[in-house]
Amino acid sequence: MASDEQLSAIKRAKVLMVGAGGIGCELLKTLALSGFQDIHVIDMDTIEVSNLNRQFLFRQSHVGQSKAKVARDAVLRFRPNISITPHHANVKESRFNVDFFKEFDVVLNGLDNLDARRHVNRLCLAADVPLVESGTTGFLGQVTVHLKGKTECYECQPKPAPKTYPVCTITSTPSKFVHCIVWAKDLLFAKLFGDKNQENDLNVRSSDTASSSEHSEDVFECRKDEDIEQYGRRIYDHIFGHNIEVALSNEETWKNRNKPRPIYSKDILPMKITKENGDTEKDCATGDVSAMASLSLKNPQDIWSLAESSRVFLEALRLFFSKRGKEIGNLTFDKDDQLAVEFVTAAANIRASSFGIPLHSLFEAKGIAGNIVHAVATTNAIIAGLIVIEAIKVLKKDNNNFRMTYCLEHPSRKLLLMPVEPYEPNKACPVCSETPLSLEINTHHSKLRDFIEKIVKGKLGMNFPVIMQGASILYEVGEDLEEDMVAIYAANLEKALSELPSPVTSGTVLTVEDLQQEFSCSINIKHREEFDEEKEPDGMVLSGWVEAPVDKDNNKPIGNGESTSNALPSEEILEVEKDVEFQEPSAGAEPITGKKRTLSEVDGSRNQKTPEKLDVDDDDDDELVISNDWESLTKKKRV
Amino acid sequence: MEGQELTEQETALYDRQIRLWGADAQRRLRKSHILVYGMTGTVAEFCKNIVLAGVHSVTLVDERVVTEESLSANFLILPDENLYHGKTLAELCCDSLKEFNPMVHVAAEKGDILTFGVEFFEKFDAVILSCCSLRKKKWINQKCRKLSKPVAFYTVECRGSCGEIFVDLQDYKYSKLKRLDETIECRIEYPSFEEAISVPWRALPRRVSKLYFAMRVIEQFEYVEGRDPGQTIIDDLPGILKLRKELCETNSLNESQIADALLERLVRDTTEYPPICAIIGGILGQEVIKAISGKGDPLKNFFLFDAMDGKGLIEDISGPSGGSGAGFD
Repeated sequence: MASDEQLSAIKRAKVLMVGAGGIGCELLKTLALSGFQDIHVIDMDTIEVSNLNRQFLFRQSHVGQSKAKVARDAVLRFRPNISITPHHANVKESRFNVDFFKEFDVVLNGLDNLDARRHVNRLCLAADVPLVESGTTGFLGQVTVHLKGKTECYECQPKPAPKTYPVCTITSTPSKFVHCIVWAKDLLFAKLFGDKNQENDLNVRSSDTASSSEHSEDVFECRKDEDIEQYGRRIYDHIFGHNIEVALSNEETWKNRNKPRPIYSKDILPMKITKENGDTEKDCATGDVSAMASLSLKNPQDIWSLAESSRVFLEALRLFFSKRGKEIGNLTFDKDDQLAVEFVTAAANIRASSFGIPLHSLFEAKGIAGNIVHAVATTNAIIAGLIVIEAIKVLKKDNNNFRMTYCLEHPSRKLLLMPVEPYEPNKACPVCSETPLSLEINTHHSKLRDFIEKIVKGKLGMNFPVIMQGASILYEVGEDLEEDMVAIYAANLEKALSELPSPVTSGTVLTVEDLQQEFSCSINIKHREEFDEEKEPDGMVLSGWVEAPVDKDNNKPIGNGESTSNALPSEEILEVEKDVEFQEPSAGAEPITGKKRTLSEVDGSRNQKTPEKLDVDDDDDDELVISNDWESLTKKKRV
Repeated sequence: MEGQELTEQETALYDRQIRLWGADAQRRLRKSHILVYGMTGTVAEFCKNIVLAGVHSVTLVDERVVTEESLSANFLILPDENLYHGKTLAELCCDSLKEFNPMVHVAAEKGDILTFGVEFFEKFDAVILSCCSLRKKKWINQKCRKLSKPVAFYTVECRGSCGEIFVDLQDYKYSKLKRLDETIECRIEYPSFEEAISVPWRALPRRVSKLYFAMRVIEQFEYVEGRDPGQTIIDDLPGILKLRKELCETNSLNESQIADALLERLVRDTTEYPPICAIIGGILGQEVIKAISGKGDPLKNFFLFDAMDGKGLIEDISGPSGGSGAGFD
C-alpha cells in the first residue's frame, strides 16, 4: 500500500480538516503519522472537561483554549517538521470562501452539526474539491466520500429530521419524560429566568381560547411583600397545582388518557424548609451555586423523590433570585449551568410525578435537556483510520475504489465494518443538480420575510441569501450595500409577495442564491389560498426539496433544541449550542437507505436489508430538535 | 454496585462514556489491570484508548530500544533522541500514556515475559500480545487459562493494509438487558489460541475470510523459519507459496482459496500502516472494554480487516465444542 507514488502524493497534498474535536483529534494524529505534511484545521470551539475522555490531544490544563491550536501543538510534538495551520474560527465565515477551498486537494469533515456540514458540502461542490464526510455516535460511525458529478453530494439523500413535539403535548398532555424536560426547559425556565418579552406557551390551555396573558404575567411576578420562599411556593402551587386543576376541568382531554394529579407544596414539604447540613456558605466561596450541594444531594445518578425534587425546585429558585439575580431576564438554558440543570430536572420530575411518568436522575435529565450525545475514543479512532484510507484514494485518483464504510455496534453478516459502494448523484438534488423547486404559498398574505426565514434560510440552509426575480433583486445581505438599498430591502421584507416592487405571483420564478456557498436555486411560485393549520403550519409547501418525512404530529412543533454534535451517529446532534460533543442524529447516524449504486453489489452484505438503522432509536435519547418556528421564538443562536 | 462511587472528577471526565456504558461499567473499568506486550503502533493506539477509558492500570512490556520503524506508526514516542538513552520502548511509551489520563497507573515491566510466573499474570484482568511469535502466544495463552481467575487474552497483529485480532475469554458469562427491563444471562465458550488455529480448515464454513488462512500461512512460515514476527521479505514469497501448498493439502483446501496476491502483500508490506493501527487499535479497545465491564457482546473469536476490500469481519474459528454463544439474537 505504501508505494513511492502514494507516499509522494501524500507528501504533496494540502488537506483541510473541519473540526478538531472527537474525530478531529484522531484524524489529525493519523494524518500526521501517515505522512501528510500540509494540514489546515478549522474549529471554533474551546476545550471543555467533558472532551478529555476522547479528545486525547488535550489536557486538563488546556480547558478554555482553542481546540484547533492545541491540537496543532500536540501533534507537532511527535511530528515537528510538518505544517499544521490552525484556524480558530467558524467555518461559515466569509473568508472560507470558494477560493479558500479550491486550494485543497481534499476536505475532511469532523463536524457535529448538520448546518455546518451542508455549508461545507456546498463549498466543496462549488470548488470542485472532494469531500470525505464522517460522523460517530457512541459505538456507531460512518465515513462517506463525495465527489462532484461522480457520487452523491452530502445533501442528495435526506438526513433524518430532528424530533419535534406538538405544543399541546408539552403544555397539556405529556406522556414521556422528555416532554416534561421540554416543558421545564423551554417554557418554565424561559418564563421565570429568560426574556420576559418572549411569547411563552406556559399557560396555554389546549381548549381555552380566553387565556389571559396579563393574568399569567401577574402570577409570575414577585409580589411586593413576598419573600423568596413564599414566591417559590406560590409558583410551585400555580404550575403544579392550579394549572393541573384547570386542565382537569376539561373532561374531553382526559377521556382516553390517565389524569394528572395536582400537587401542592404544603402536601409535599413542611411549611418551613429547614436547611440540611448544606454548603450554603461554601457556594459563595466557590462561586458555583448549587441546590444539590445546599441540600446535600451528592450523587447526580440518584433519582430524587417527589419531596427531594420539590426541595431542589424551591432551593434552586431561591438561589437564582438571591445569588444570580442580575442574570434573571437574560438567562437561556445551558446544560453546563449546574443550577439550571438542577432546576429543570426538579421541575420535570415534579411534572412527571403529576402525570405518572417515571422520574429521572439529574444525570439522565441533563443528557436529555442538553441533547448530550454519548461518545468514546475508540469509535472516533476507527472512523479516523477509515477517513485517511479514503483520503489517500482521493489523492491517488483511485476513483473506482471509493467506498462508504459503516461501523456497527452489532455485526451484520459477520461485518463490524461494512463497506458500501458510493451512490450516483441524485438527479433531483437541488444542491448538486440544477433542478428547480416549486413553492405553494399565499402570495397575498405571506411576506418576503416569512419566505426567507422558513424556506431560504430554514429549508435551504442559506446564510447570506440573494433573492431575485429575473434581473430584479428583491433582497440581499452584504457589507457594502448602499443605505438606500438597505432601506428598500428592509421594506421589502415586510411586504406581501404580491406587493413587492417586482410582484411575486403564481407563475413567478424566483432565484435564490448564497454567494458564499455558491449555491443557487430556482423556485417556481404557485399561489394557493388555504393551508391546513395542522399539516402545513408554515403556510407554505416546498416541493422537489429532498427532505426526510416529518413527524405527523407536527402542529406548531416544539423541539428540545439542537445540540452541536458530531458523529454518525458521529459527533452530536440537536442543540444550537457550542458543545462540540453532541452528535447530530441527523448528521450522525445515517440510515443506510441506498437506492442507486454505481456498480452491482459485490456481495450479499451490500443489499438493502442489511444494516440496522444507525440512528439512535431509544426513546429517551430522541433527538430533540427545535423547529425553526420555535427557534425564532426562543431566540437561540445558531452555531 | 461495584466498589466505591465514582468521584466528582471521574463523573465530569467520563461523562460522555458513562452515558454510553453506564456507571457500573465505569466502576468495573476503574478496578481493572491490563498487561500489554509489544509496543507496536497498533498497541499504542489500543493503550491510548484504554487509558482514556479509565482502567486502573496498564503494564507495558517491551524491552526493545527505539528504531526508526518503531517511530513510524507510534505517536507515543517523541522524536527527541536525547530522551531515548537507556530507555526501552515500554518506558518511553509510559510517559506519554500517563498524560492522557492522570488517574491511570501506567508502568513498564522489565524482563523476559516467558520467565514471569503465575503470580505475575494473576494480577491482570486482560493480557494483550502483539509482535509475538507463535510459540510465545501459545505459551502465554496457556498461562492465562490456568490462573485461578479468568484473564481475558488477546493477540493483535497488523501488517500493511491488514489487521487481525484474536480473542480468548475462556468461559465467559455476562448479562444483557433485553427490552422491557428483562435481564438475560449469556454465556460464550472460547477455544484457546492453540485450539482455534488447530481447527482443520475444511471444517470451517466455506465463506470464511481468506485473510484468516493467509495469516496462518505467514504465521507458520515465521515459526518454521525461526523468524521474529513480521520479519519477512518479498524474497520469501516462493517459500510461502510452497508452505501454502502443503497446508492446503493437509487441510483439503484448494490452494486458489488463498490468493497469491494476498500472500504477496502480507509478505512484503510488513510495516504498520497508521490508519490500520487506528482501526484495529479501536476495535481492540472496544473489545477489552466490553470484556472488562461485562457490558456488550464480545466478539468471538477472530476479527479481520483488509483495507483492500474495506471489510472488518468476525470469524468464529472454533471446533464442535467451541462454545454455544447462548443468549445471542
